[in-house]
Order: sequence, then C-alpha cells, then structure tokens
Amino acid sequence: MIGTPLLPLILAGLMLVALIGYVVLAGADFGGGVWDLLASGPRRDAQRALIAEAIAPVWEANHVWLVVVVVILFSSFPRVYSEIATMLHVPLSLMLAGIVLRGSAFVFRAYGGDQRASRLRWGRLFAISSVVTPVLLGVSVGAIASGELASPAAIASGGGGAPRGGSFAALFIFPWLRLFPLGVGLLALATFAMLAAVYLTLETDDAVLREDFRRRALMAGAAHAVVAALVLIIARSEAPAMWLRFWSRPASLAVLAAGVLAGAGVLGALVTRRWVWARFAAAAEAALIVFGWALAQYPEMLPGRLTIAAAAAPDATLRLILGVLAAGTVVLLPSLLYLFRVFKGERQQGARPDVAH
Amino acid sequence: MPDLLAARSQMAMSLAFHIIFAVVGIGMPVLMVVAEARWLHTGEGVYLDLAKRWATGSAILFAVGAVSGTVLSFELGLLWPGFMAFAGPLVGMPFSLEGFAFFTEAIFLGVYLHGWDRVRPRAHMAAGVLVAVSGAMSAVFVVIANAWMNTPRGFTLVDGHPTRIDPIAAMMTPAALPQTLHMVLAAYAATGFAVAGVHAFLILRGRDNVFHRRALGIALLVAAPAAILQPFSGDLSARYVAQWQPVKLAAMEGQFRSQRGAPLRVGGWPDRDARTTRHAIEIPHGLSLLAFHDPNAEVRGLDAFPEDQWPPLRPVHVAFQVMVAIGSFLALVSLAAVWLTLRRRDIASRRWMLAAIALGGPMGFLAVEAGWTVTEVGRQPWIIYGVTRTADAVTPMPGLVVPFLGFTLLYLLLSVIVVWLLARQFGQSPESSDAAPPAVSLATEMP
Ligand code: HDD
Ligand code: HEM
Ligand code: HEM
Repeated sequence: MIGTPLLPLILAGLMLVALIGYVVLAGADFGGGVWDLLASGPRRDAQRALIAEAIAPVWEANHVWLVVVVVILFSSFPRVYSEIATMLHVPLSLMLAGIVLRGSAFVFRAYGGDQRASRLRWGRLFAISSVVTPVLLGVSVGAIASGELASPAAIASGGGGAPRGGSFAALFIFPWLRLFPLGVGLLALATFAMLAAVYLTLETDDAVLREDFRRRALMAGAAHAVVAALVLIIARSEAPAMWLRFWSRPASLAVLAAGVLAGAGVLGALVTRRWVWARFAAAAEAALIVFGWALAQYPEMLPGRLTIAAAAAPDATLRLILGVLAAGTVVLLPSLLYLFRVFKGERQQGARPDVAH
Repeated sequence: MPDLLAARSQMAMSLAFHIIFAVVGIGMPVLMVVAEARWLHTGEGVYLDLAKRWATGSAILFAVGAVSGTVLSFELGLLWPGFMAFAGPLVGMPFSLEGFAFFTEAIFLGVYLHGWDRVRPRAHMAAGVLVAVSGAMSAVFVVIANAWMNTPRGFTLVDGHPTRIDPIAAMMTPAALPQTLHMVLAAYAATGFAVAGVHAFLILRGRDNVFHRRALGIALLVAAPAAILQPFSGDLSARYVAQWQPVKLAAMEGQFRSQRGAPLRVGGWPDRDARTTRHAIEIPHGLSLLAFHDPNAEVRGLDAFPEDQWPPLRPVHVAFQVMVAIGSFLALVSLAAVWLTLRRRDIASRRWMLAAIALGGPMGFLAVEAGWTVTEVGRQPWIIYGVTRTADAVTPMPGLVVPFLGFTLLYLLLSVIVVWLLARQFGQSPESSDAAPPAVSLATEMP
C-alpha cells in the first residue's frame, strides 16, 4: 500500500498530467479560433474551413481534460478548490462564459445552415471567445502562482454586505488584475496560437495552405518566446517567492533549458519543414511551461497558503481516486489513440475507399 | 436580491438548463443505434437517413450539454465552496468515475458524428453503442453524488467536520439505487416521447411517409418500456423518501398532520398558515399504502418537524403532482401502444393515438424538471440533508445577483437559438414520397 506522504504528491502529479493534456490538446483548439479570427488573404475561407475540420471531431474529447483536472482538484484537494473558486470567482465565471460561447458558436456555425452571413456571425463569436477564454485561464493560473490571493477567512461569512478585510475590488478583482497574471494570460494565448498553427501544418495536403500556417506558426512562436521571457522577468517583482524558488532549483533550470531547446526545435523544424518534428516540439514546449510552473510552486499548491500535503483529502479518498484514475486510464488511452488514429492518422489517403458510406 | 437566493437561483437555472441536454445525451444515442442496427439488418436506406438525421440534430445538443456541464463542475465551487470542501472527498469517487464516462462519451461521439466515411459500418455502430452506454453511466455517477446529498453516508461528524471518511459507503447510500434507476428511465422516456411526439405531429399534419413512420416506431420502442416502468421506479423512490427524508415526503403530499392511514392527495394547494392542503381529492389510506405498503402505517406529517426545517411547500407539492400526472399519462399512452401492437393494429393510422403521442412530446422533459424540483427544493433548507444548511455553504463573495443574471441571459439566448435551429431542421425533413407507408407498431422496429 502506498505510504501517506507519497499519495498527495502522486495525485497532484496526475492532476498536472491532466492539465498538460488540456493545454496540449484543447489549447490547440483555442488557438484554432485565434487563427480563425486572424484568417486573411485570398485563402481566408480555406483557412477557416481547415481549422473547423481539424477541430470538429476532437474538441469535445479534448475539453474533458479540464473536467478531469477539476474533479481531481475537488476530490483530492478540496480546500484548494474551494479557495480558488471563492477568490477567483470573477475571472473563472468569465472564463466559463467564454467556454460556453465558444463551444456553442462552433456548433451553431457547423449546423446552422449555409448562409454566409450567419456562418460569419457565429464564426466571429467563436473566434473572439477563443481569444478571450485562454487569457482568462492564464490570468487565473497567474493569480494563483503570484500568491496574491487573500484567504477566504478574511471575508465575513454568510455573504451579503461589504466583506470585512477589504473592499470588493481589493479582494476579488485586484489579485488577478495585475501585470503578472495578465502576462501569464498572454503567454497562454500565444502558446495556444503557436500550437494550433504548428498542428495545422499537418492537417492539409494543400502546400500553399500549409505555408500559410507555417508563416503563422513562426510568428506565434516568436510572440510566444517574447512573452515567455517577459513573464519570467516580471515574475521577479510580481511573484517574488516563486521567482526565488525557480532560480534556486537545478530542476527548474533544467526545465527552462529544455523549454528553450524545445522552442529552438519548433523553429528549426518549421524552417526545415519537418512538420511532425515541429508538432512534437511544440507540444513539448507547452508541456514544459506548465511543468515549470508546477515546479516553481512545489511543494505549495496555493502559494503562501497551502502545501500539497496540507491540502490533501484523507488517504481513503486519495487511494480510491488513484484507483479510479488507473482503471480509467486503461479504458481511456486506447480510446483516445483510436480517436486520433481515425481523424489524425493516414490523412493523406482521405476517405477509405473500401467503406460503404 | 439576497446573495443566498441569487446563488440558489443560479444553481437551479444552470441545472435545469443542463438536464435537458444531458437527457438528450443519454437518450438520443439509443435511438440512433437502433436506427443504425435496423439499417445494417434490413439495408433500407430510410434507416440510415434517420440515424444521420438524428445525429446531425443532436450534435448541437451534445455540444451545449458538454459546455453547460463544464460550467456546473465549476459552479459547485463558485457558489458552494463550503459544501465542496466538505463533500469533495466523499463524492469525489462518483465524480471521477463520471469524468471517465464523459471521456468515452465524447471520444466515441466524435467518431460517431464525424466518422461516417472513416470507419467501417460495424465499428461506427459500436461507437454509437459506447456513446449510449457511457451517457447512461455518466447519469448514474452524477446522480449517485446527488443521492449522497439526500442521504449522506460514509463519515462521522466531529465538531462539524467529517472524519473517518469512507467514499465507498458514501456511494452505497440508500438513495442511490432508486434515484439512478428513476433518472435513467426518465431519460429514455423523455427523449423517446419527445422524438415520437415530433414525428406523430408531422404525420398528423399530413406528412405521412415512411421516414416519419419508421422514426415514430423506433422512438416509441425506446420510450414505451421506460414509461411503463417509471411509475414502479417512482414508487421505489417515494418509499426511500418516506423512510429517509420524511419531511420531504410530507411536503410532496401536503401532509400537515402525522396520522395513521394517511390519505393520498391528488392536486390541492398547501396553505402553510392554516396548516392544511385545500382542494385536494383525497384517496383514503392511499399514502400509507403507497409509501409503506401498509394501509394503516403511520405517516409523519410536517407537524413532526420544526418549521425551520420545512422545505418550500407549494413548489414541492405542485411539482410532485405534475410529475405523477405526467407519469400516469405517459404510461397509459405506452400501454395503449403495447395493446395496439399485440392486436396487430397500426399505431399511426389512429389519429387519437397520434394526438396523444404528440401531446406527450414535451411532457417527459416537463416531468424531469418537475421531478428535480421535488428532489432539490424538497431537500431545503439542507444542502446535505440533516448535516449542512444551504445558507451555511454559500460563497462569501457578495454581489451574486450579477453572475446569476449574466448566466441566465446567456442561457436564455442559447435556448432561443437552439430551438430556432432545431425547428429549422424539422422543417427540412425529407419528403420521401413512398407509395405504401408501412404500419407502425412496437414490434416492427425490434432490432
Ligand atoms: C420522465 C420523467 C419522469 C416521470 C414520468 C416520473 N418521474 Fe419521478 N422523477 C423524475 C422523473 C420522472 C426525475 C427528474 O428524474 C427525478 C428527480 C431526481 C430523480 O432521481 O429523478 C424524479 C424524482 C422523483 C421522486 C423524488 C426522489 C427524491 O427526492 O430523491 C419521487 C418520489 C418520484 N420521482 C416519484 C415518481 C412517481 C410516483 C411517478 C409516477 C408516475 C414518477 N416519479 C414519474
Ligand atoms: C451538479 C451536477 C452536474 C455536473 C457537475 C455535471 C457536469 C457535467 C460535465 C462537466 C459535462 C461535460 C462533459 C463533456 O465535456 O463532454 C456534462 C455532460 C453531461 N452530463 Fe452533466 N453534470 C451534472 C448534472 C447532470 C445530471 C443530473 C445528469 C443526468 C441525468 C447529467 C448527465 C450528463 C450527460 C449525459 C452529459 C453528456 C452530455 C452530452 O454530451 O450531451 N449531468 N455534465
Ligand atoms: C440536472 C438535474 C438537476 C436539477 C434540475 C436540479 C435542480 C436544482 C434546484 C431547483 C436547486 C435549487 C433548490 C433550492 O435552493 O430551492 C438545486 C440546488 C442544488 N443542486 Fe441540484 N438539481 C439537479 C441535479 C443535481 C446534482 C446531480 C447535484 C450534485 C451532484 C446537484 C447539486 C445541487 C447543489 C449543490 C445545489 C445548491 C444547494 C441547494 O440549494 O440545496 N444537483 N438543484
């Protein structure tokens, strides 16, 4: 049987894996919306069609990673979940509105008939919410990382009236409406846009269209690198505890080095038109950023307030959740592989001729 | 608007919205799979048309179900952080199982909706079966979490904190079996009748063709067994409520006095001040008989509980009456369909039958909303029955009326759009002019 100190760490790790799954897969679906918004030139409609076709079969499945993160969080680290949900109520609610609008607009466009005007209208809504939602996700993460969230204990319980311990804005707005969280929001956006552009180069046989997305991938990659560097720099004054810990640990330096390497890999692969390499390098880059954040926070889950060990639910729960995750993975992995094989593999051959309908 | 009321309203509104799409997500895959199985078996193109039609029609609903469900999984914490800090370790198990059910559902839904040309027919149908199974499983798991709120188990309270946590015992709570059974049946009955209702209506309006007749047959085949079983399953629910949530039962029935041989009330309007339920038709000994299977059993009335533990009486009583009335109607219509089938008569050539089915179209969904009103409003003032009051679990963030209004507006807008898009699709049904429309009975569409 697994010992007590290790269990919370394992579950936190699995939650991180799910979050990385969300970023690497669903992140690209958001990024697709960014390129829908920025579609331009003579191939504008073709670009949009390619994006829609690439996202349609997989976005609902990709989206479930977020649900898994939330479920692990509230079952295994209930205090962290309830504190985050209390203190970040505003950006999280806005993010949810974004998630609802994006998903709905996407299917409304796909199934809402063929009139160009209405398709454009839904497409616009889909694209705008795809831009706003990742920023809000990043802002929430940045606010957690900065350690600026107040304790819910500072607020009068029972709701209603002006809370003690500061004005509404001081408690519920300013902790996330700051430079660092906004920087992380932009980083999320740039990263998702890069992921999408890189992945899209593999989604078409049309060389011209592929070059469109290659150019976009290079631009987004550059933007991503600049924003990432800026976030690292402003962290010094805006999230000092995390900054210190990050630079004092060999492990985080190794992650940083790997991240730089992966970024260079994306660049190199795009320049030499090695599409599959670019895809893996971009995914690794995004994963390393999330991993680096976790490492900089470790062992804290809510910086300044709760460590992983202190926030963990009783062992009985953790063991069962671990069991469920293990059993679930056995079902999930082959299913996911099947999904991606059906829609993302052997694409060059198009529809299989031996299949009736 | 006070914050607590705003939070309760936002939760109620979000759940009432999500459940529509969730029910469709459980029921529609079954209909599509039956149609596809009939296609593989008979080779008749109309079945393939049907399966594809239904898939396209449901695609919008699946997506809205997924995003509104995601909102809920956050809302539990955004609105009820105190509840989740308490309940998370206890109900985390069904929620994580549910997470995997969502995964398989979403994955194979992707294959089903977008894979017509990419996988072989049998693999395609297998994907549909997996969507149907995981849809039902996700309902089972989330309702188990809700059952725990009604009959909390698996912990010992020490100074208001749960200790000696046993998540398995929390899953095996007494409400789990009756509630999950009732919910899954409800999903099949509601979806089946909704689809049957649309096609019956179109046949009545003169669009009598093989497409609508096949659709009607398949929808009834799914709806009728569920609707016939539903009153029995409802009886099981009522008996667990009588045993474990007696004050909810008293509110459902408008039973103010504790008494032996309590009557069953049909209709009526509870009057809290006068401590009586007016204008109800009373069936002597009916309640004792139904709730405890003993005509002289003692039923505890509201007077057995302090008034600050009573749920809102009128919504609970009226919602219960509505559900039971609809349940009886749908079961009767289903029995009529069985009867016509046994006598080898054509269901679709009887206008009264078509009219009854069309009338039943929206009723299943109405019953689902009414049933959840009974369960959730009937649990008040508790969020965890007998353990935590709703008022103590609400988030301390002030100004909750703003998110409530915001999400209400958003969901209203989405509802209007969804209804409009669906209505357009019905308008475009294929008018395959068939010389001899086939007779409709439950037997014709058995796979
Ligand atoms: C098609 C929908 C439908 C139909 C026809 C019925 N119900 Fe129902 N009922 C539900 C859909 C539903 C529901 C929405 O699914 C609920 C809410 C929670 C639950 O578990 O099921 C519910 C709850 C519910 C409860 C409360 C359980 C609780 O508080 O935990 C009772 C006592 C009944 N039902 C009883 C009945 C009876 C006696 C019916 C007889 C005809 C009936 N229902 C028909
Ligand atoms: C508090 C309550 C609830 C929460 C937190 C919740 C959460 C969710 C989430 C996160 C999803 C999206 C999964 C995805 O991305 O594909 C979802 C969808 C779904 N939920 Fe709920 N849900 C709740 C209530 C219910 C209830 C009561 C039922 C059952 C009857 C239900 C049945 C479903 C089904 C069948 C789907 C799939 C929907 C579809 O694809 O159309 N949910 N829910
Ligand atoms: C999808 C079907 C459901 C519907 C239509 C529904 C309906 C409602 C309604 C009307 C309320 C407000 C009650 C009141 O305050 O007077 C409520 C509250 C609530 N429900 Fe449900 N419910 C559903 C399923 C669930 C499930 C599956 C869960 C949890 C796992 C859940 C958790 C809650 C919570 C936490 C509250 C707030 C606290 C409270 O008012 O007791 N609900 N729901």
